[in-house]
Amino acid sequence: MFDFLHNPQYDVLGAFWTTVQLALWSAAGSLVWGTVLAGMRVSPVPLMRAFGTAYVNVVRNTPLTLLIIACSLGLGQTLGVTLGGGTFDQTGFRLAVLGFAAYTGTFVCEALRSGINTVPPGQAEAARALGLSFFQVLTLVVLPQAFRAVIAPLANVLIALTKNTTVASAIGVAEASLLMKEMIENEADALFAVFAVFAFGFTVLTLPTGLLLGWTAKRMAVKR
Amino acid sequence: MSAVAITRGGPGSLPATGGLVELSGVNKHFGALHVLQDVNLSIARGEVVVVIGPSGSGKSTLCRTINRLETVDSGTITIDGRELPSEGRALARLRSDVGMVFQSFNLFAHKTVLENVVLGQVKVRRTDKATAERKARDLLDRVGVGSQADKYPAQLSGGQQQRVAIARALAMDPKVMLFDEPTSALDPEMINEVLEVMQQLAREGMTMVVVTHEMGFARSAADRVVFMADGRIVEEATPEEFFGNPRSDRAKDFLSKILKH
Ligand SMILES: Nc1ncnc2c1ncn2[C@@H]1O[C@H](COP(=O)(O)OP(=O)(O)OP(=O)(O)O)[C@@H](O)[C@H]1O
Ligand SMILES: [Mg+2]
Repeated sequence: MFDFLHNPQYDVLGAFWTTVQLALWSAAGSLVWGTVLAGMRVSPVPLMRAFGTAYVNVVRNTPLTLLIIACSLGLGQTLGVTLGGGTFDQTGFRLAVLGFAAYTGTFVCEALRSGINTVPPGQAEAARALGLSFFQVLTLVVLPQAFRAVIAPLANVLIALTKNTTVASAIGVAEASLLMKEMIENEADALFAVFAVFAFGFTVLTLPTGLLLGWTAKRMAVKR
Repeated sequence: MSAVAITRGGPGSLPATGGLVELSGVNKHFGALHVLQDVNLSIARGEVVVVIGPSGSGKSTLCRTINRLETVDSGTITIDGRELPSEGRALARLRSDVGMVFQSFNLFAHKTVLENVVLGQVKVRRTDKATAERKARDLLDRVGVGSQADKYPAQLSGGQQQRVAIARALAMDPKVMLFDEPTSALDPEMINEVLEVMQQLAREGMTMVVVTHEMGFARSAADRVVFMADGRIVEEATPEEFFGNPRSDRAKDFLSKILKH
């Protein structure tokens, strides 16, 4: 039943490796971008706040497939953006990461903002009273505490991101789900076995994320 | 408490030319509420001013306008001859010269006691880390919590936390220290350990503005008592005068209520 796994035509591990790389790069990008967005949304500068709010509300409510295809067709093919990718595949991968980071960043931002609300206002006040700048108050006092409070919700965002990477198949990135589609066509008699393999693969990727971050959340919790 | 100096200067080490802190014609509203009404106050270098008054009279707000944690609607506030800047780096620099101690301590919960006292020195004053740690340990010893340096704030008693908060403020070598009800959140047996540290600071010539209901502290440490009611400074006098012979009815009424207990 699982004979297809031995077929050299299918590089299941290779496809999952692409998924892992997509997920990791996108996670890094969305954590950074999400933090910047959260900074904008709590900043004292009205223009930044307005931009952050508008960006989050627009991007978060746009279907991911649309964003990814817009990155590929709009940025890649129409505007010729390659993000330094040499080959067609490389460019597709990088544009997909850009799309995932742009999208997932909004969820990271909102998780962080809820975390910021758990930090008592006195913490920021004491920091300001010492003479720290807005940026220092945010990065040295507020965000480190906010991050610890939102590790568990962030785990959910990252798990969703890992599964969302399958959308990259829409622009031909050779990640796991693209291979799955190919196998479904060729191995119709082993349909459920194919599903089982990929479901298992994604579980292997996401389960440890949840467990590890859950454990970290407990260890890092700020005692008050 | 040992008699080691906490501050550098002593009383009268600098001539008192004009006020170190000057508020003139300060007004502040919260919506329709006029919390500070034409407040004028001049605090001399080395002076200890105790602010008392009923709840909601604007004492905290007054305290917080001095380092611009609250903005004012009109009037001017100067510190050491310079008007409070409204934004940015200049304001941050000024705040670093004004120490503030809060009722709820507000120690940084994710940092150890030592890191709490080091942070401002390194990030604001750009002191190197080793020097900052030495100074932090020194200050923690002086306020009597040296042995707690590596613990987190939540592991300390309230009295210990407040003494750390005082050390954190002192680490910036402030020109003036503001205390907003520093002992109100403390269990009775811890109040004295904090007041002793403050008494010592006062003896060493630190300029202090203290909002407190601790009349014992006011009598023994204050140079002047400022009585506030409904956003106004109603009465200013030496502690002997104020407690012995209050002039305004508001002050008499207030004192009769708090001195009964
Ligand atoms: N951020 C705020 N927004 C709106 N109203 C406020 C705010 N802060 C304080 N007030 C109001 O302003 C008035 C003065 O408050 P303030 O905290 O200065 O009084 P206080 O004299 O310190 O009182 P307490 O002894 O209770 O601490 C109160 O009526 C209070 O409800
Ligand atoms: Mg108050």
